[in-house]
Amino acid sequence: MWEMIMGELDHAMQELARGFAHLLPRLLAMLIIALLGWFVAYVLKIGLRGILRIAKFDKLSDNAGATQLLNKLALPSSSELLSRVLFWVVWLGFILLGVQALGIVGLQEHIARIFLYLPRLFVALLIFFFGLLAASFFSRAALLAAVNAGSPSPKLIASLIRTVIIIFAVTMAFEQLGLAERTILVAFAIAFGALMLGLAIAFGIGGRDLAKQFLERRFLKEKQEQKQDELSPL
Amino acid sequence: MDLLVGVSTHNNAKTVGEVVQAIRAGLLKYFPRERVVIVNADGGSRDSTRDVIAAASINDLQHSSDLYALRTLHCISTLYDGGPATEVALRTILAAAELVRAKACAIVSPESTNITPDWIDRLLRPVYRDDFDLVTPLYRRHKFDGLLLRNLVYPMTRALYAKRLREPYAVEFAFSGRLGSHLLEQRVWDHGAGGVGTEMRVTLAAMAGQFRLGQTFLGTKQVDRSSADLVPAMRQTVGTLFSSLEPNFQVWSANHATESIPTFGAEYELTAEPIRVNRKRFYQLFTSGVSELEPVLQSILSAQTLSEIQGIAKLAEEDFQYSHELWVRTAYEFAASYHKSVINRDHIIQALAPLYRGKVHTFLFENRDASGEEIEAHVETLCLTFERLKPYLLDLWNARE
Repeated sequence: MWEMIMGELDHAMQELARGFAHLLPRLLAMLIIALLGWFVAYVLKIGLRGILRIAKFDKLSDNAGATQLLNKLALPSSSELLSRVLFWVVWLGFILLGVQALGIVGLQEHIARIFLYLPRLFVALLIFFFGLLAASFFSRAALLAAVNAGSPSPKLIASLIRTVIIIFAVTMAFEQLGLAERTILVAFAIAFGALMLGLAIAFGIGGRDLAKQFLERRFLKEKQEQKQDELSPL
Repeated sequence: MDLLVGVSTHNNAKTVGEVVQAIRAGLLKYFPRERVVIVNADGGSRDSTRDVIAAASINDLQHSSDLYALRTLHCISTLYDGGPATEVALRTILAAAELVRAKACAIVSPESTNITPDWIDRLLRPVYRDDFDLVTPLYRRHKFDGLLLRNLVYPMTRALYAKRLREPYAVEFAFSGRLGSHLLEQRVWDHGAGGVGTEMRVTLAAMAGQFRLGQTFLGTKQVDRSSADLVPAMRQTVGTLFSSLEPNFQVWSANHATESIPTFGAEYELTAEPIRVNRKRFYQLFTSGVSELEPVLQSILSAQTLSEIQGIAKLAEEDFQYSHELWVRTAYEFAASYHKSVINRDHIIQALAPLYRGKVHTFLFENRDASGEEIEAHVETLCLTFERLKPYLLDLWNARE
């Protein structure tokens, strides 16, 4: 009986040692891949940071209003953030490759899925960034046009345009990520519809007098005002 | 061919007939022995513009006056593709001038119904007889018209290009075949915003190329007050001037003493008939603009200049004054920011509009009872301030390089 137990234990130990001997080279390979990945990711991070600084990406980010947003979230500058994202994406990629090298059954499929998801994440980030750029550009254009036209609430108009474009960008980014697509789309449609309906009601019923004044000023008094400013700049 | 007169049109049937008749009369009266051609470049008029030009027969003139041509007077109308575009029209006329080897060319606006036959002589003679390369007009104006030219475009152009040319933005002008070929070679309209301010690009190219410039008095400036929109006017003039600074940096950075331009006829004439001006509106648009555009102005102006502007924006209307020095610093900082493209360049031009209104308010207030001479003295002081502070622009320019 004792001999049988000892035999089984010996067998188990041998199996463990064989398994460990079998796993050790793979584990070492994984570690080497991860180390190599860290080095590659670090070089790419430094390279991207340099390119973005030369291209004055932070200035572009300032203009887009992205820096302001990042500051509010206590995040580093756009170029630093993108460099770090690249570092982690590349390093994570190498780590996943290393894990794949371990040959654990079932894990490979999940890793493949993660790899397939990375481009979508990158595209979603790009959509969001360019959405911020577009929001900044069009809101500033609206602000300038409204100020030069002497409109009563230029900042309100600009903010409204900025918000709508950002909502569009966020919706598109989420759609790209495939996160709660239907919920996001329905929420967007409801929010956008409610906003438009609210504006229509507010302007048409609540602000009837204001609308009347606006239209009168626009179409009747405009010519009168122009006559008051009979000045040609050229 | 000796002379060419170009008329760029687009739906100008109401006025172009009168203009072409005046051109014909001018050519017959003052240049009867020269070989002349009128070239119309049309941007696809949907009214009867081209028919009106074709119908403006020389016989009408000969019946109504004692004008006789010693040579055939050609009138050619050509249609260019892509809709109305000033630069395409001008390029067409320049190409025609080079093709026929015209010695002198004049461009006339199809809307200048106050044109008289004398204009043709006044514009073409200095080029044709006296070897000038570019002749720009001088007009009789109301003392409060053309304020963008007098408060910004003329003083800044004069300070930077060192030429005292009063009308850098001219819709009527004459040029030599030599300058025409230079313009075609240099493709001056390719710099900056396409299609805007083509006329001013011609002037700036002539200044930068050290061509021989002249000015001629054409009488009263025809002003269309119903379409006196500020922002398009600023794009055409200020935007064009700012965008010219990059390709011409070597020229304007080396210029120092300004030189006067030979003038034919009166130097200037200002009239002072009563005119309704809502000065308060300029003040309101300035103060609201400074307040609403603070984040935009922060990216364009230095902290000190912005702070001073915000300071004067807090003053009551009767105490408000936009000084020459502050205005010049504002203009130069805008030019440097335009060069640097700190934000979209068109947005920079638009952001200048409310500040310009503040300057106009000060101008209107200070000159409400001023005579023509006093206003000229005022403009001269502003010009000297622009010249004095030119090193400031150079510092900004070089610092931002």
